Amino acid sequence: MTLSEVPEGGLVQLVGIDAGRGLSARLAAMGLVPGVAVLVVKNGGAGPAVVEVKGTRLALGRGMVHKMLVR
Amino acid sequence: MGPVDENLTIALAGNPNSGKTTIFNNLTGARQHVGNYPGVTVEKKEGLCRHRGVRMRVVDLPGTYSLTAFSIEEIVARDFLIEEKPDVVVDVVDASNLERNLYLATQLIELRVPLVMALNMSDMAAQRGFAIDGRRLGELLGARLVPTVGHKGKGTAELLDAIVGLGRGQGAPPPVEVTYGREIEEEVAKLLRLLDGEDELTRHYPPRWVAVKLLEDDKLVRQRVERAAREPQRLLEATAASRLHPTTVFGDQPEIVLADRRYGFISGACQEAVVHTVEARHTASDRIDEFVLHRALGLPVFLLLTYLTFQFTFTLGEAPTGWIEGFFGWLSRVVAELWPKASQSMIRALLVDGILGGVGGVLTFVPYIMLLFLAIAALEDSGYMARAAFLMDRLMHKIGLHGKSFIPMLLGFGCSVPAIMATRTLDTRRDRLTTMLVVPLMSCSARLIIYTVIIGAFFHNRVLADLGPVKLRLQPAMFFLIYLVGVALAVAGAKVLRATVLRGETTPLVMELPPYRLPTLRGLLIHMWERAWLYIRKAGTVILAFSVVLWALTSYPRRPGPDPSDTDRRARAEAAYVEGMRQLAEPLGIPAHADALEQAARLELAYTRASERFYPHEQGHIEARRSYRDAMEAILQGPAGGAMRQLTTFRGAIPDIRREHDDALARLGPTPAVHDRLLLAHQRDERLAKLQALDPAAYAAALACVDRVEAACDAEFRALTNERAAADLAYSVVGRVGRAIEPALRPLGFDWKIGTALIGAFGAKEVFVAQMGIVYAVGADEEHTEALRERLRADYTPLVGFCIMLFCLISMPCIATIAVTARESGHWGWAAFQLGGLTTLAYLLTLIVYQLGSLLGIGVG
Repeated sequence: MTLSEVPEGGLVQLVGIDAGRGLSARLAAMGLVPGVAVLVVKNGGAGPAVVEVKGTRLALGRGMVHKMLVR
Repeated sequence: MGPVDENLTIALAGNPNSGKTTIFNNLTGARQHVGNYPGVTVEKKEGLCRHRGVRMRVVDLPGTYSLTAFSIEEIVARDFLIEEKPDVVVDVVDASNLERNLYLATQLIELRVPLVMALNMSDMAAQRGFAIDGRRLGELLGARLVPTVGHKGKGTAELLDAIVGLGRGQGAPPPVEVTYGREIEEEVAKLLRLLDGEDELTRHYPPRWVAVKLLEDDKLVRQRVERAAREPQRLLEATAASRLHPTTVFGDQPEIVLADRRYGFISGACQEAVVHTVEARHTASDRIDEFVLHRALGLPVFLLLTYLTFQFTFTLGEAPTGWIEGFFGWLSRVVAELWPKASQSMIRALLVDGILGGVGGVLTFVPYIMLLFLAIAALEDSGYMARAAFLMDRLMHKIGLHGKSFIPMLLGFGCSVPAIMATRTLDTRRDRLTTMLVVPLMSCSARLIIYTVIIGAFFHNRVLADLGPVKLRLQPAMFFLIYLVGVALAVAGAKVLRATVLRGETTPLVMELPPYRLPTLRGLLIHMWERAWLYIRKAGTVILAFSVVLWALTSYPRRPGPDPSDTDRRARAEAAYVEGMRQLAEPLGIPAHADALEQAARLELAYTRASERFYPHEQGHIEARRSYRDAMEAILQGPAGGAMRQLTTFRGAIPDIRREHDDALARLGPTPAVHDRLLLAHQRDERLAKLQALDPAAYAAALACVDRVEAACDAEFRALTNERAAADLAYSVVGRVGRAIEPALRPLGFDWKIGTALIGAFGAKEVFVAQMGIVYAVGADEEHTEALRERLRADYTPLVGFCIMLFCLISMPCIATIAVTARESGHWGWAAFQLGGLTTLAYLLTLIVYQLGSLLGIGVG
């Protein structure tokens, strides 16, 4: 499933990201590599989501959450 | 001890939000210099530092999460490290966020740079329950590790010791390699073998690094290989093959696998060197965020903070602005008095009217700008700004902008120049350009003056709606309306741009939300100053140049000589004055001595003429003063002396009493209570009555003198001066151009006077009001704002007033804005597009509003 479907407070594992190389590299540098644990802090419908990855809070735009495959 | 007086080059690297800038400030203090990396719009910050006899040049590299070839900041940082080979690289690491921050460190390790790591925010890490064994971690990473607490200045000395030590080649821990697991290492080995003979490449870059980058398909390394390798084809083919194998084995691109392995390496190191003692789940930051990012509360909190920001700026800014205005007024006078009053010196005019007038006007805004930027710095440094951008992102997304566009737009309310420079924080060129082009629609502080005068002139501050304790008044509502129009147009403009010229996908938002921090005063001041300085520099350069040009164009050509009709009018006014004074003889009770009154009147006029010609300190004035006094004394010794002395006393007392009343009334504020007003008026009338009781005849004569004779003469003299100024302006280049374009402005409801003022305002909008003042012959200075308002009301309808504001809102990005847009966008074409687009839009929209308004009869009454 994609990250957009994960409810607030959910802890999932990142499987992959459906994005170009530039974006993937950037996300990887920020901690979003396959296998990493992602805690969903805020996932409110229309707006951006907030997740916690490797101890950092990241705000992800709506487009992003649909591109992130998790388990 | 090594040799004294060495010179080292130090590079500072680190994640954004790691406190790198604070460390940079701690190392270099005020000795900083901001420039640009050649050819790109990435800021280059350098500073100087001395420690134990060693001179250091510290370069603050852009904050990056990694050193890939995907973003200009990373490329710039990487290039600097490779090309300039700094003696020491300091990686500033946020200790409370260790794993993510170390990703960059792995890249630095691979580049084989001499590395010192500043474990910054170590206090927060300790607070969160992390115990970090610095020495062990340093060994595992192949770097010297120094704990620091940047915003408290702790650890700076130790850091410098480590830097200097490493720079001298002492204390370097054994180098470490990041390994990527068996499969990848096999491929790396293959590539290394091929790289063995490639001296051209390996001279500059560590071979292992090249191999790894090739496996990652790094664009720039590929280019280097193509250009510098002896057998590029062989290398590239081998690379392709090497990339294929891991992809098959892991099911992922090599770069993903490599990233994952790097984190594995980091994780391993951290497990050995870091002990997590306390499981602190909900920190203070989290609790604040629950509130701030709350679905329902988030937006109101944001609006409240925005409102407070503006309130803070405007309230505190008023007094200092007054001081600066006063200062420039004083300075202008002092400079002007260096010449004889009657002097036609061009230099004086250039200095006083051109330079001091133009630049002074802009500098009076410095308090507002500084306060606004201070407030914004506070919001940024505390970490709130990231949340605000997050909240705004939804809205911004709808118009095709990024949440991060919000900050430049907020800055635009102060001044477009720093706002456009702030667009550097946006990631894609598309986002940057779109934001840059619409930022001028945020009503900057200069437009505020224009709005103040026009709204004050045309829109009486009546109450629109009475909600009990709060009254909705027309004037603030109009201000709000015009600002809103600006924002609405910016939104529409952005949408249009995104749909046409700057088409494309919006960058998905990925933004780090740093933990909340209490900003340090020093940090705030530095951040504020960085931006405020841009504004001041704009005043010192662009506006100065333009003020001079504008001054020249509005002063020349000069009219040939005094207008004969003016001389006539003056003579007639003087004659009327004399006659009027003569006629006071009867009411004064000295009908036989009318001649004495006439003589006195003539003396007064002569003295006035002298005052107009000379400054008080000039010889001509001194002599005129003396002869006036002597002559007057002679008259007052005569038979009419007593009565005339009474007249003089009362002539002075009546205006004094009236002035004191007016001052007291003004001190009560814009909307005084009826009760207070009546009280003041009563006090004034009482005093006048007492005066009258002392000598009714003298009082009556004095009243007639002040209210009729003097008033008429003063009014005529003033009118002559102002009309002369207006005629001079009409005669000048700008005046003529204004007249020439009048036909084009008529459909908007404008005439040549507005046109003239608009031309002047093109360089700097602050000039618009001054120019209007001159055109309307009411003088260009502050005291005559009310007079200007009256004239505006007399000549134009509220609809036209609104159209003026609308036109000023949309068009006229000042010269400085255009220059900065050209620089930041990299091409004059965009600046021209901005100017042309905005002006066209302004013209069309104002045209529509005016014509429609006239048709519907709105605001024409």
